[in-house]
Amino acid sequence: MKAIGMILAGGNSKRMKELSDNRAIAAMPVAGTFRSIDFALSNMSNSHIQKVAVLTQYNARSLNEHLNSSKWWDFGRKQGGLYVLTPTLTVNNSSWYRGTADALYQNIHFLKDSHEPYVVLASGDGVYKLDYSKVLEYHIRKRADITVVCKELPTSEEIGRFGQVRTDADGRITDFEEKPMVEASTNVSCGIYVIRRRLLIELIERAADEDRYDFVKDILIRYKNLKRIYAYQLETYWSNISTVDAYYDTNMDFLKKEVRDYFFREGDSVYSKSDDLPPAKYNPGASVRNSMIAPGCIVNGSVENSVVFKQSYIGNNCVIKNSIILNDVYIGDNSVIENCIVESRSTIRANSSYSGQDEHRIVVEKNERYIL
Amino acid sequence: MKKEMIAMLLAGGQGSRLGVLTAEVAKPAVSFGGKYRIIDFPLSNCINSGVDTVGVLTQYQPLRLNTHIGIGIPWDLDRNYGGVTILSPYEQSQNSDWYTGTANAIYQNIRYIDSYNPEYVLILGGDHIYKMDYEVMLDFHKSNNADVTMAAMPVPLEEASRFGILITDETGRIVDFEEKPKNPRSNLASMGIYIFNWSVLREALLTNKEIPHLDFGMHVIPYCHQRGDRVFCYEYNGYWKDVGTLGSYWEANMELIDIVPVFNLYEDYWKIYTKSDTLPAQYISADAVTERCIIGDGAEIYGKLYNCVVGPGVVVEEGVEIHDSIIMEGCVIKKGSSLNKTILAGNSVVGENCKIGVGEYAESLYNKKVYCFDLVTVAEGSVIPDNVTIGKNVAISGVTTPEDYPDGKLVSGGYIIKGGEE
Repeated sequence: MKAIGMILAGGNSKRMKELSDNRAIAAMPVAGTFRSIDFALSNMSNSHIQKVAVLTQYNARSLNEHLNSSKWWDFGRKQGGLYVLTPTLTVNNSSWYRGTADALYQNIHFLKDSHEPYVVLASGDGVYKLDYSKVLEYHIRKRADITVVCKELPTSEEIGRFGQVRTDADGRITDFEEKPMVEASTNVSCGIYVIRRRLLIELIERAADEDRYDFVKDILIRYKNLKRIYAYQLETYWSNISTVDAYYDTNMDFLKKEVRDYFFREGDSVYSKSDDLPPAKYNPGASVRNSMIAPGCIVNGSVENSVVFKQSYIGNNCVIKNSIILNDVYIGDNSVIENCIVESRSTIRANSSYSGQDEHRIVVEKNERYIL
Repeated sequence: MKKEMIAMLLAGGQGSRLGVLTAEVAKPAVSFGGKYRIIDFPLSNCINSGVDTVGVLTQYQPLRLNTHIGIGIPWDLDRNYGGVTILSPYEQSQNSDWYTGTANAIYQNIRYIDSYNPEYVLILGGDHIYKMDYEVMLDFHKSNNADVTMAAMPVPLEEASRFGILITDETGRIVDFEEKPKNPRSNLASMGIYIFNWSVLREALLTNKEIPHLDFGMHVIPYCHQRGDRVFCYEYNGYWKDVGTLGSYWEANMELIDIVPVFNLYEDYWKIYTKSDTLPAQYISADAVTERCIIGDGAEIYGKLYNCVVGPGVVVEEGVEIHDSIIMEGCVIKKGSSLNKTILAGNSVVGENCKIGVGEYAESLYNKKVYCFDLVTVAEGSVIPDNVTIGKNVAISGVTTPEDYPDGKLVSGGYIIKGGEE
């Protein structure tokens, strides 16, 4: 492929509440066995992009751990590879990434040292499958300067957290409003862009000269009448997980057969780091209904309409309903958990009860764990 | 550079008593415990014991084994120096031959071993389920100043006549051995795991190379013993399971679903590694039952499962009921079928409304020695058409059609074997 990839995975979001206390959003576990960034990385790999940079900043420990080898996504070749780029102190710079454009600017050597003519920019918080070479084909066909992947969403309060676009009949973006108070359009930007590498270098160098740091505000919106910016419409599943509700809903989407079939039984695969966990185990007393259970789990109680991530233990007579149990959670006997998201490595004491009322309650319990 | 100890893993055997399960794959490549293959256990033991150089000797139907092992990535055996090497029989300028015996296979690969110039060589079989720290065994070997150390485990005395039995003195040195004795003098059964000083083994192989079907238990060990080498017995008391018959294979799988299994896969410190695709979590539907089961990644369960070991990617549709069965990777069981005590090898398809494993047990019309359990055994990639009824102790292999089932039935003890050749 004639492109390199850059994944912006530095982000934190207040709207993730406690869930992003300890990890970047891109490292959020999704669908039982994956992390959010696996989708962008797998798309890159399946689109035959060989050289990919991941830009991290906020709380990158679990993300770095996840990326400790590039072989799971089939990078790590003589040609190309996976580059994890973090902010560093240099003679010219002593700042953290001040925005998306600044993050690119601080790593401009990566862009300058490559020879591929195009760049695919993606974010680490989208759950979707997309062959970026189709977007590139469209980009070339439209003779676009920048192509923005867009998705038509149903009207909802949620829509206010996205950039909203309006296009002309040809697909050229005429209006672009970032997170407007009043809904401008239901066509939102997915934060995935294709752009010629030399043009990107030029635009971010100019932005840096003017102390402008944001790719959307300072480049896309400012240049929309000057440059040919096109929208590529994504017709298939796409979800952004960067609020608690969106994160919850995205995981629950995987309880639908058509969503699982689309991601895991049709077309390209999604890859992730291999954990070598044993099969999930169901002991007498286990009763599981409409749920996903990840490998390494041991289930003794009842689980309904829930997603249970890797290596969790559910004790006798527990009742887990409408909840997300993240990795390596221990739930003691007779506990009841409803409408909750239980943070990784939590230890829930026996006979506890947690219930989210109006919203999904986030449970973080770092109790001492005694295991035989 | 020198390696202290390298392992030679004998994985060439057919395992003919596993019947149609090994019709097209070598026994070490047969699936086990939901997501593993039998060879994963000795390979994981090697890397967990710090043995990072393993020669895998293949001969019978090696394709599945070769693709499974690849360059050894799942076991961390992809090394710059050492790692895993597949050693198949090869043509030589004279005396080209298949591997005619266990020791003959090692004899034909002396050059491989010499290239690492090891002090010790560990000889392993590829067909047992166990966790063992070979480093502890090596320490035992060194502390006894031994030439050969054989691992052995105590078995009930009444079963001892099925094994090679070791008779030791009070220091653990072997004074005599008996192959399948009528009146055993000891209950220490050889596990087919040996550590040799390479110089000792090399000399023994060269001296005895002319013996036909050169075998460790029959020739090499007796030769070393008679010569006065220090041959010691390392007693092992953990879980060790031979899965050489359909009955023991089924039993070993079923033991994994006990509440606290004797052989525990859920411990962190001695992981068993395997090659696996990245799969999502498994889905259990609102009407499904999964009672006393272990289920692999990516499975989709809409039916009812009781006492089952289910592999990755299996689909069990609505209205299906399965008892006491092993369903290996990628199988599909369509609506309304019921299975009882069935071993369904990988990527097989069972049609709608089949009844499998019903009626009374009957002696096998195909092979009485292999098929003497009340299990239905279905080979890899088989297809069973809709609406058929199948008895107990049955063997099925290949794509079967309704014409293969007179009146839609296959009686107990019956068989349908369709050729694998296209």
